[in-house]
Amino acid sequence: MAISDVREYTHLTDEEVEQIGRELDAIRAEVEESRGAKDAAYINRVIAVQRAMAAAGRAAMLAAPHTGRGRRPAYAAGTALLGLAKILENMEIGHNVMHGQWDWMNDPEIHSSNWEWDTAQPAEQWKHSHNYVHHQFTNVLGYDNDIGYGILRMAREQKWHPANIGQPVYNSLLALLFEWGVALHDLDIERIRKGEKDPQEMKRQLTQIWRKGRNQVIKDYVVYPALSGRHWKSTLRANVTANIIRNLWSYVIIFCGHFPDGAMHFTEEEIEDETRAEWYLRQVLGAANFEGGPLLHVMSGNLGFQIEHHLFPDLPSNRYAEISVRVKALCEKYDLPYTVGPLHRQYGQALRTIMKLSLPNRMTSSDQPEPSTPARDRKRRTDAERPERRRELGGWTRSAS
Amino acid sequence: MAATIPWERLRSAGAKLTTPLHPDDYLRLLNPLWSERELRGLVVDVRPETEDAATLVTRPGWGWRYDHRPGQYVGIGVQVDGRFQWRSYSVSSPPRRDGRTIAITVRAMPEGRLSSHLVNGLAPGTIVRLALPEGDFVLPEPPPPRMLFLVGGSGVTPVMAMLRTMARRGSMPDVVMHYSSPTAERMIFREELAALEAAHDGLTVHRLHTDTDGMLELSDLGALCPDWRERETWACGPGPMLDAITTHFEQAGLEGRLHLERFSLELGGDGGEGGTITFRTSGKEIEVDGATTVLEAGEEAGVGMPFGCRMGICHTCTLTLVSGRVRDLRNGEELHQPNEQVQTCVTAAVGDCTLDI
Repeated sequence: MAISDVREYTHLTDEEVEQIGRELDAIRAEVEESRGAKDAAYINRVIAVQRAMAAAGRAAMLAAPHTGRGRRPAYAAGTALLGLAKILENMEIGHNVMHGQWDWMNDPEIHSSNWEWDTAQPAEQWKHSHNYVHHQFTNVLGYDNDIGYGILRMAREQKWHPANIGQPVYNSLLALLFEWGVALHDLDIERIRKGEKDPQEMKRQLTQIWRKGRNQVIKDYVVYPALSGRHWKSTLRANVTANIIRNLWSYVIIFCGHFPDGAMHFTEEEIEDETRAEWYLRQVLGAANFEGGPLLHVMSGNLGFQIEHHLFPDLPSNRYAEISVRVKALCEKYDLPYTVGPLHRQYGQALRTIMKLSLPNRMTSSDQPEPSTPARDRKRRTDAERPERRRELGGWTRSAS
Repeated sequence: MAATIPWERLRSAGAKLTTPLHPDDYLRLLNPLWSERELRGLVVDVRPETEDAATLVTRPGWGWRYDHRPGQYVGIGVQVDGRFQWRSYSVSSPPRRDGRTIAITVRAMPEGRLSSHLVNGLAPGTIVRLALPEGDFVLPEPPPPRMLFLVGGSGVTPVMAMLRTMARRGSMPDVVMHYSSPTAERMIFREELAALEAAHDGLTVHRLHTDTDGMLELSDLGALCPDWRERETWACGPGPMLDAITTHFEQAGLEGRLHLERFSLELGGDGGEGGTITFRTSGKEIEVDGATTVLEAGEEAGVGMPFGCRMGICHTCTLTLVSGRVRDLRNGEELHQPNEQVQTCVTAAVGDCTLDI
């Protein structure tokens, strides 16, 4: 079922909804107030470890002995280090820095306005498609382009199309080539297909993607292999593998954020005159957490605390764990659903939805507790048709054409 | 020879290996001074000067040029509770082309959290951020034959850089210095000044301890330095002292001979008209009057504004003005070109404007 009014759905009074909003605001204020040297040391340490891993991975490949038994282990270690470094950079560093989580440090080297991440998508486009479109319109049908990324049908309320039968295949390709899927995400291919995209804006975005993607490709697939001399093939293979490791991992983590069964969808009626407190509620209902130890959380950019991240996208990620204790207690107090489960179950549910929704609704059963709202075609919105943006999601900007 | 290594070409080639980062982002992990992205310095010595003042000797990293002019100041940024705070201080060491360090002298202000931290809390080995030298309160080349320095408290630091430069060159002209300080103990550089005075016939230092002897009366200036009207004068110290000196020189019709250094923001120009300031990237907006600086407005609106000295000297707060018009509150100058760089701490809105943050 797609929710058209969070207040009605949660059976809360207006006063209770506002009270929840105030309590969440208070948590935000407390965390903002207590940010300090320990948090700064944390992000600086993560950055140092990540860069050391990347450098060590590259060095291991370049220094691998030409023959003999040391070669394979050196390449295996290099590949693993590079893959892990890319994961750490994209998840715990890049994504979070670009949300503005560390802007309070007043450090131009770790700032949302100029961070570029180690992936094909230009930061500027990410900040628009993610910080604005996804975080403000989370799970609102027709508004949030992250519901299936324009490639997959992920809600029963989305109209079925015969092309959806191929979903299992599209899904595998998306997982393998995730970096490039993300790179094209802000272009809004659906709009291009329908001929509705402003050609000048499209050209500008494509140029930006081309430049960024070219540098990434040259680095991983030309320069480092060339430096490896006779080993160029091994290095090329290792770099492809490292990028794929990163692609698969970030794909799995990101699919666990909003596609497990407990995460709800919303109709456009919900965002009409939505208050800040209702926006908070929508974030709780629309996101799903997963459980794990500290290492798993760091390697997934603390997105296992997806609910907390959606409530406070610009608070430092190392604080989400402690925030989650308080958010969970708040949800219990007001009898709100708080979706959480082990990583394999959350991903399993997402995968099942991908499979089921490749078929028309009548051929499969819903996994949501309530019957679904009738499916209909929802045109994607342009920025001009979207309500004004919220302040706390991390910024985005468009450079001039 | 170092000069023959094409550093820039090497670095841009290195960027192919490190994109989207810069090689410096990795190199600074090996040695914190090996980065030009943000200028850095290693504190090598903290020398107490008086009970509440200390000289920080800093070895700057890559990208630093040792070509500051005597009298100029530098910005220094230190992380306090995780957040970079910036202030500007005069360089007290003379410029040396073969230099390896720069020295700044800081007095802990009663309410200045950062200055107290610099004087008492900074251990050798700390890495600080630096901003390149700026300021036009400088020693001219060549120095004029007759000079007068009017100095109050820690205002002595830029003057000290000028005196040291002239002493090192062995070309001390006819210099009279009047130095006010609450007590003899709080007088920064008092021993060095005594030594300089002994070594150079041209240098005369008048000392005034204001706790016991009261402030300098400018009407007495003629008695202290009969030919003050013929001297090129540099004055540095607290605001009220500089105001009195300015009035005195204006009355004598000699303002052209007076050089001033103020370490506080003097918003002399008219305010702006106010308007709505839009912060484009963060999507925030705020309506402000013409007396509120863009920096204050942004902080009020909850934008993570970069800031430094908050008095228009360090340029840390500079942002791009996308559209609209702002007025520089120091001199009334208006800035309105698209994509103009504006210092947010000293400008206010003239009508609606948009900034890129």
